[in-house]
Parts: sequence; structure tokens; C-alpha cells
Amino acid sequence: MAIYDGIFKTLGLSDWCATEDTGGPMTMAELLAQANNGGGDADGAEAVAEATPLLETPFPSLDVLHKSCGSVPRTRDMTSAVEEAFLNVKDGMKVVLDPLTQPLSWLLDASLAGFQATPWFIMIPLLMLLTYYASRSWSVLALVTGSFLFMAFIDHYNYAIQTLSIIFVCTIFCVALGVPIGIAMSKSNTMQRITIPILDMLQTLPTFVYLIPLIFLFSVTESKLYGIAIILYAIVPVIRLTDLGIRLVDKDVIEAADAFGMNSWQKLTGVQIPLALPNIMAGINQTIMMSLAMVVIASLVSAPGLGVLVLRGINNLELGVGLVSGFCIVLLAVLLDRSTKAALGRINASEK
Amino acid sequence: MTDTSKIKVSIRGLYKIFGAKPKEALTNVKDGLGKPELLDQHGHVLGLQDINVDMQEGEITVIMGLSGSGKSTLIRHLNRLIEPTDGEILVDGEDVLAYGEKKLHTLRQNTMSMVFQKFALFPHRTVLQNAGMARRVRGEDAASADKEGRKWLKRVGLEGYEDKYPNQLSGGMQQRVGIARALASDSEIMLMDEAFSALDPLIRTDMQDLLLELQRELHKTIVFITHDLDEALKLADHLVILKDGAIVQQGEPQEILLNPNDPYIMDFISDINRARVLRVRSVMDATTTAGVDISGDVEADANLESVIAMSGGDTTKHYRVMKDGKQIGLLHMQDLVRALVPVIAPEHDDRAA
Ligand SMILES: Nc1ncnc2c1ncn2[C@@H]1O[C@H](COP(=O)(O)OP(=O)(O)OP(=O)(O)O)[C@@H](O)[C@H]1O
Ligand SMILES: [Mg+2]
Repeated sequence: MAIYDGIFKTLGLSDWCATEDTGGPMTMAELLAQANNGGGDADGAEAVAEATPLLETPFPSLDVLHKSCGSVPRTRDMTSAVEEAFLNVKDGMKVVLDPLTQPLSWLLDASLAGFQATPWFIMIPLLMLLTYYASRSWSVLALVTGSFLFMAFIDHYNYAIQTLSIIFVCTIFCVALGVPIGIAMSKSNTMQRITIPILDMLQTLPTFVYLIPLIFLFSVTESKLYGIAIILYAIVPVIRLTDLGIRLVDKDVIEAADAFGMNSWQKLTGVQIPLALPNIMAGINQTIMMSLAMVVIASLVSAPGLGVLVLRGINNLELGVGLVSGFCIVLLAVLLDRSTKAALGRINASEK
Repeated sequence: MTDTSKIKVSIRGLYKIFGAKPKEALTNVKDGLGKPELLDQHGHVLGLQDINVDMQEGEITVIMGLSGSGKSTLIRHLNRLIEPTDGEILVDGEDVLAYGEKKLHTLRQNTMSMVFQKFALFPHRTVLQNAGMARRVRGEDAASADKEGRKWLKRVGLEGYEDKYPNQLSGGMQQRVGIARALASDSEIMLMDEAFSALDPLIRTDMQDLLLELQRELHKTIVFITHDLDEALKLADHLVILKDGAIVQQGEPQEILLNPNDPYIMDFISDINRARVLRVRSVMDATTTAGVDISGDVEADANLESVIAMSGGDTTKHYRVMKDGKQIGLLHMQDLVRALVPVIAPEHDDRAA
């Protein structure tokens, strides 16, 4: 018998342990586990029969307790129960989530197709135009142009454009969802108290941890899988900084808006959002950088783009492929950062 | 000042208590608990207690008091930026506290405008957009808002600055924009919370003159807050003196100067230049009988300083006091000199309270 037998005996739970052990419906897995464990248990019993040295007393974990009392579940039973539970609610969640998230798939696919269908000699000037319009800075424009010509030259243009397309769509979603959430947070302290722990969790959870349930929820062939993974990860800064930005708006100015009879919508659109814009833009910049980080990891779940090359570099130990594509990602990061920062600087300047 | 004028804003029995349970604290206050005791025993701040003020249409009512006396709290009750704990606020005879959100917005948009100590202009809007802001909020189109904005900017002397942003302007100019913004709303009531306190003395005098000049023309009902006695005396038609959230004295400023009813006020007014502030009409002997030994005519609104200069310091002279070309009284220089001596607070020990 195992070491914690005594405890179950003194607690008078021997009966419960014994009866539950045999009775009740069992899954195949449990039966198998039971069978394996039966043998193990007998061996164990003989081994500990002598005496367990005090120093080797095992922690009363589920597995150890199970040896003394069959009706205590083992850790593996527990994880499979979690899995079971998840699988049970999965279908229900799918019914709701699938149609809700479908637009994301469409947009991701459409954008990918669109970006790729546009010939390079149109796409690159288009990007240059956009960069200049947003940043009004020749040096940023030069950086963007140079980077794309370089990537095109080394045949990485297509991958880069795919990555860009995904970031583009995900950023739109992050802003469209994050800004209203941030606004709601800034309006209500309760909302803020509820949201902040969720944001903390999203930010601290290792990305792989929430990739797992997502894989079960959505099929790997659907583009929304990586879309959701990226958005969940990258939406946090927009929300935080929108909330912060609106809360930081000068109280006196808000009071003036009130004193002149602005309603809450006029205040929001006419005063709070414009004055919070520098912060919101800083949030968007962060969001873009984080989606770039995530789009690389998301290539594990079939996101196209430069991440695929990095993955190939790792899988096939093709050092060169991995390093060059890594460099392209850095390039992309720098140019996205510079152009959004330049745009941000322009907004700040116009307001100061 | 005119007796026939009507009451525009009336505050009745207004109380404001800051804290978690103001209603409970209110009963204590009504039972006679003072501000410090309320804070000690109940942890509530007594903002205002039993305020009763009538503000005449077309007059400048100045609310004066030291820092923390509740001036800002009081003025913010008029447009309900702060909700009272108890009492009534009547504007044109209507109870503002009964207003729903919609009516309150209308009141703020049309009937009252406000000028702030820290200007509180919209930093992301041009001077012109700021000036026309009240009209835009009301839903008027940009053209009419800009037209009014331009007109009032010109009136306050800011022509040519329309396309600048507020932070490109000096403090004095920014407050001119603040005033233009309030005027452009064409509201009958203007609330000014220490509107000139952030400006340096010279600019401040300029702005006071501008306000008086505008007021002669526009006859708005102005509620002006200040902690500066000279400013109060210069602007006030009706002066309300606040201390610890309660009114110590209110009335015609000259009247308060000559008959202060509280040691607090006596202290307050002991340092001012009475000759410059007091007017002939306040110290004259109101009579239409022709006096004897008259040395000349003086205007009723002239200050005593000018009369002293005119008399060459001779205290035996007598003057005829004129208003609109008619005699309304006689001024004896002896009375004048007597009025220059401030009323001294009897006991000075308890003023540090
Ligand atoms: N929101 C609030 N919560 C608690 N106490 C407050 C609040 N607002 C004002 N008070 C208190 O009410 C009193 C009056 O404040 P108020 O701002 O009206 O003074 P004030 O006369 O305008 O002073 P100042 O000249 O410094 O502007 C002060 O004691 C202040 O601490
Ligand atoms: Mg104040």
C-alpha cells in the first residue's frame, strides 16, 4: 500500500475509495489508465511496504494520492477532463464565433489576393505615396523605397507583401475594436477594472498558450485562425493608450465643453478623441509592431509571409534562408515604425 | 443699480457638501455645525452654506473671497457643472435644478456662457474656431459661426489672429479669445471664474477696462469671481463676500466699504486706497437745496481722489454734486475726509481662525 493510505483510513474514506474505484461509468481512457495503474499499484505497494524514508515523502499530488485511493483522479484524468470540457463547449462556441469571425477570414484572404495581384511596379509607388502622405518625410520615404527595392531584388518581395497585407488587415481590426473598447474603459471605472486584468493576461500569456485553444476552435486552413491570434496579441496597446489618452485630456477643457452645452457625443468626437489622438496613434504604432512580431510566430499556424521562411530556416536548418528573412523582418519593422512615428510626430506638431 | 431692473438669477438657500453622504451631513449643518467641525467629525467638506443672492439683469455681480471660500463651487452651480446638495437656482424665474439633460444643454448653449481662469480654449482648434465654438455646438453652420467669431475677435482686438492656434498667443490674448468665445454665444448671462487672475497686472487692468467697455454696450448679466478687492470694487455693481462657504456681507460695494459688518471684511478693506475707490455719491449729502459757499460742481461718480485734487486739500470747501446736469446733492469736504478713515475691526485676535 502507498504512503498516504493511513490518512484515507483515519478519515474513514476507505469505503469511498474502494467503492468509487470500481463503480460508475468510465471512459476508455480511464479504463486503460486503471488497468495500467493496477499493475503499478501492486509493484508500488511492495516497494513501499517496507518503509518510506521520511526524506523521500512525496508531495500529496493527485498522482500520489491516487495510489492510496482509487477514486482520487490522476493528473492525466484532470487534463483530459479539461480537454473534454473544452471540446464540449467548443461546438457551441464555434456556432457563435464562426460567423462572427468570418469577415476576418474574408478580409485577410481578399487583402492577400489584392496585395499579391497588384504588380510590383504599381505596388511600390503606391506604398511610397502612402508613406509620403502619412509621414511627409523624405528620409522615411527613402527608407521605405530602398527597403522594398532591396527585398524585391533578393526575391523576398512577395513574402514581405504577404506579411504587410496581414499586418494591414489586423491593424484595421485592432483599431476598429480597440478604440471603442478604450473609449468605453475611459468612460467607466467599472469597465476599466474589468478590462485591465484581461489586457494584462493577453499581454503576459505566452503566445503559444493561446494558439492551442484557437487551433481546436478554428481549422488551421482558415486564415482567421492566425488573424485572431495576431489581433488578440496586438490589440492591447491601442486599448490601453486610447483609455489613457482620453483620461489625460485636460479637465479644464472638458469643463469648458460642458459649460458650453456639448453633449457626450460632441465632447467625444470634438474634444476627447482629437486631444487623445497622439496617444491613440502611439498605441497604433505599438500595435503594428506587435502584429509584426506575431505574424512571424503565426506562420506556425499557416500564416503566409516572411515567417514561413524563418520557419523553413529553423526546420531545415537552412541558416542563410532564416537569417536573410529575419533581416527582412527587421527591415519591415524599422520602416513600419519610422513611418508611423513620423505620422505621429506630424500630428503632435500640428497640435502643439 | 436701477430699481426697476428685474432679477435674472436668483439663488435660494443653496447648500453644497462634498463627501460620501452629503444629505446626512446636511442635517448636521442645518443644525449649526461649522465647516471645521463637519470635516473633523463627519469627514465631509462644507462647500457652500445657505447662499442667497439675487443677481439683477444687466449688472455685474462680483463674488469675492479668499482661496477655498467656495467661489468656484458657487459659480458652477449656476450652470449646474456642480449639483447642489440643497436649495434652488432660478434663472428668469425657472428652476434650473428641475431641468432634464436636454433643457440643461439648451440653457448652457443659449443662456449662459463661461470664461475660465485657465482659459480652457480648445488647443486643437484655431482661434476663430474657438471663438465660434458656442454656435457650432448649437448646430449653427460654419459660416454663421465664423462670422460671429470674426466679429467678436475683432471687438476684443484680435483681428488678424483668426488662423493661429491658442498656444501661439500670449495669456492675455488667449483670455481675449475666451471672452470672444463667451460673447459670440450671444448669451444673456456670462459667468467669469477668476477670468483675469492668471494675467499680469497691466494686462489685467486692460482686460477689466475692456470688460467694462463691453458691458456699457451689451448690458449682460455678469457673474464675476475674484479674490482681488481692487478688481471687485472696480467691476462690481453688486458685491458678494464669501468666507468658508457662507456669505458674510453683500450689497453695493461703496456701501460695504463705508459700513462693513464683519471684522473679516474690515480687515479685507483696511489696505485699499479709499480715496480712489469711494465715489462722491456715496459720501455726499443727498439734497436738492442749493447750498451756501459752493466752490464748484463735481460729478456724482467721480472718485474722492479727484475732488481732493480739485480742492487743493482744503477741508472747508463745499461742492455741488451733479448727475446728468442736475444737482443731486452737496459734498462737504469734511465728510469726505472722514470717509477716508477706514472702519477698524474692534478686536484683531480672532482673525487667524
Ligand atoms: N470635488 C470636491 N471634493 C471635495 N471638496 C471640494 C471639491 N471641490 C471643492 N472642494 C472644497 O470646497 C471648498 C471651496 O472650493 P472652491 O474651489 O470653490 O474654492 P475657491 O473659492 O474657488 O478657491 P480658489 O480661489 O482657490 O479658486 C474648498 O475647501 C475645497 O477643498
Ligand atoms: Mg476657484
